[in-house]
Amino acid sequence: MQKVNRLQPFFENLAFERDDDTMIINFGPQHPSSHGQLRLILELEGEMVKKATPDIGYLHRGMEKMAENMIYNEFLPTTDRMDYIAATSNNYGFAHAVEELIGLEIPRRAQTIRMMLLELSRIISHLFWLSAHALDVGAMTIFLYAFREREYAMDLIEDYCGARLTHSSIRIGGVPLDLPENWITKLSKFIDKLPSDIADYEGILDQNRIWKMRLEGVGVITPEMAQTWGCSGPSLRGSGIAWDIRKEEPYELYDEVDFDVPISTTCDSYGRYKLHMEEMRQSIKIIRQVIPMYYKTEPEIMAHAPNYISAPKEQIMTQNYSLMQHFVLVTQGMRPPVGEVYVPTESPKGELGFYINSQGGAYPYRLKLRAPSFWHTSILQEVLPGQYLADVVTIIGNLNIVFGEIDR
Amino acid sequence: MMRKYVEKKNLQNKPYHTDRFWVAPQVPKEDVASDEVFAKDLEELKENFDIKEAYIQRGQLVVYISANENVEVLTFLKHQLDYNFLTELSAIDWLEKRGEFEIFYQMLSTSKRKRLRIKFFIKQKREIRTVSNVFKSADWGEREMYDMFGVIITGHHYMKRILMPEDWYDHPLKKSYPLQGDEEASWYEIDKIFGKEYRDIIGPENRDSSRVDENDTYNFARIHHEVPFGEKPSKEIVETDYQEEGGVFLIKSLKKADSVILKERP
Repeated sequence: MQKVNRLQPFFENLAFERDDDTMIINFGPQHPSSHGQLRLILELEGEMVKKATPDIGYLHRGMEKMAENMIYNEFLPTTDRMDYIAATSNNYGFAHAVEELIGLEIPRRAQTIRMMLLELSRIISHLFWLSAHALDVGAMTIFLYAFREREYAMDLIEDYCGARLTHSSIRIGGVPLDLPENWITKLSKFIDKLPSDIADYEGILDQNRIWKMRLEGVGVITPEMAQTWGCSGPSLRGSGIAWDIRKEEPYELYDEVDFDVPISTTCDSYGRYKLHMEEMRQSIKIIRQVIPMYYKTEPEIMAHAPNYISAPKEQIMTQNYSLMQHFVLVTQGMRPPVGEVYVPTESPKGELGFYINSQGGAYPYRLKLRAPSFWHTSILQEVLPGQYLADVVTIIGNLNIVFGEIDR
Repeated sequence: MMRKYVEKKNLQNKPYHTDRFWVAPQVPKEDVASDEVFAKDLEELKENFDIKEAYIQRGQLVVYISANENVEVLTFLKHQLDYNFLTELSAIDWLEKRGEFEIFYQMLSTSKRKRLRIKFFIKQKREIRTVSNVFKSADWGEREMYDMFGVIITGHHYMKRILMPEDWYDHPLKKSYPLQGDEEASWYEIDKIFGKEYRDIIGPENRDSSRVDENDTYNFARIHHEVPFGEKPSKEIVETDYQEEGGVFLIKSLKKADSVILKERP
């Protein structure tokens, strides 16, 4: 046995005293394919994984603790840092949860803008997923192509809110800005071009011999596994369970648009790849339907609830009472009613839930972030054993885990 | 020197002002009978278990059970009532008010399209049984709950801290734990990297990222005012030479008529 002291700490990978010939290696936390700070302790027999123990916490910033010490509006920019690939979906998840807690009604224009931004960030996230995943597997070309399109999408987000990565583009009660001039034209141009780009990616990958060999039959998540491990989003639909929160428990205007929920019955990585491609097409379809809806709306973009939401800027600058309320809301924060809500939304990664327990104070009493990647990482314990070491990278990449939201 | 006494039960930030006459409104609690599916589920639960309280809040059923029946209730929900997902579980710290933790399990039934929340209270040092044998998603959920609150869970196959380091002192999501970390936390890295004997030389870690020390000349460089480490910042006035003759060009009066509005971004 190792003698542990301060100069000789305990090393998990020094397990050669054992009788069998398994080898223990540390995968990460600084491995480029570990998508952040994932440490995997892999027990190998030859090249076959016998046991996998994921170790997380390297990016833990204590967001839940921070939330308990902040007013609600103050916490919103922090949510950007969860799933930083699609920040808007986190902003939305939080804003939506607080709105549910208060019981706010959001103006229709804000809802259409939110839907456009949400679907755009879904496209951004999926493009990023595809390029990073393909790069892990060894397909450099896709990375360059997909990042080009992602750049166009990020330009659109930048035009809207000024930020590319940490958007904070949604506020509690609505959205901060109306769409800039010509934004819709640029958006239409982008979504008109994207289907042919997706077809290009598929043209490169779909029948690619290496891609298929690396993905088919790798990382199989059976429907039973997906249910018991609490999978959601593409990982759940990749196991053949058609469950999309946008469809089943619609929020915003998702019940007014027509879209399909793609599923894959092969349960493997290749099926999930096809699923992501199809989901991007569905997002395009949703955006196409939302654009005409936007033009039919009234110009309000923030909810009218003087106790919780500041009045529009003009009103604050001209009316004394609005200014006083704005002052109180900024310095002390809104005080939602006493109660608790758990509000799930369909983020690009899966079910993003915010549990908020409010005791009527300006700070939430307890806020629990249900980040999909956390639960998708725990499933590695069961998916990895029996796979080869080379496939570990494929599976991690394929599950679309982002460490900002795992460690929170 | 004696340290100043502070109440340790709740060390979280307090709002600087609360109206004395403020009465917080309530999120309405609805009767379970108002929803057919939930009413039926609750009836079946009541037949088999001790149900303390149940209501619907914002479309989700909330059921209070007794702490020793958690595994049985979740098994029943999974197999009999078809709640096939345990999407979330965690605790709420009520130690200051009632000396208890509130545990909640957030469940989802994809066939009924319903979500319900199972809740119960446990005293601080009491154990609860693991539900990770019923739902594997509880594996990491319970580890996080232990890590963050110190709720003791029995029967779990690998009960270790998950987010914090293994030898971390205390559980950070408790209300008695300050946001910037306690005293142990400020020595943690010093002890780990240099050893306890270096505490006096190095001093505690500054864990408040927003703290700015006026006299710190080491972490905050002052251009033209640099002094050696530990010295007082100098008060010497430094003349700035500008590249432009007579200083930086400033707009004194803007002629609006001369400005051009661009049609597109250059």
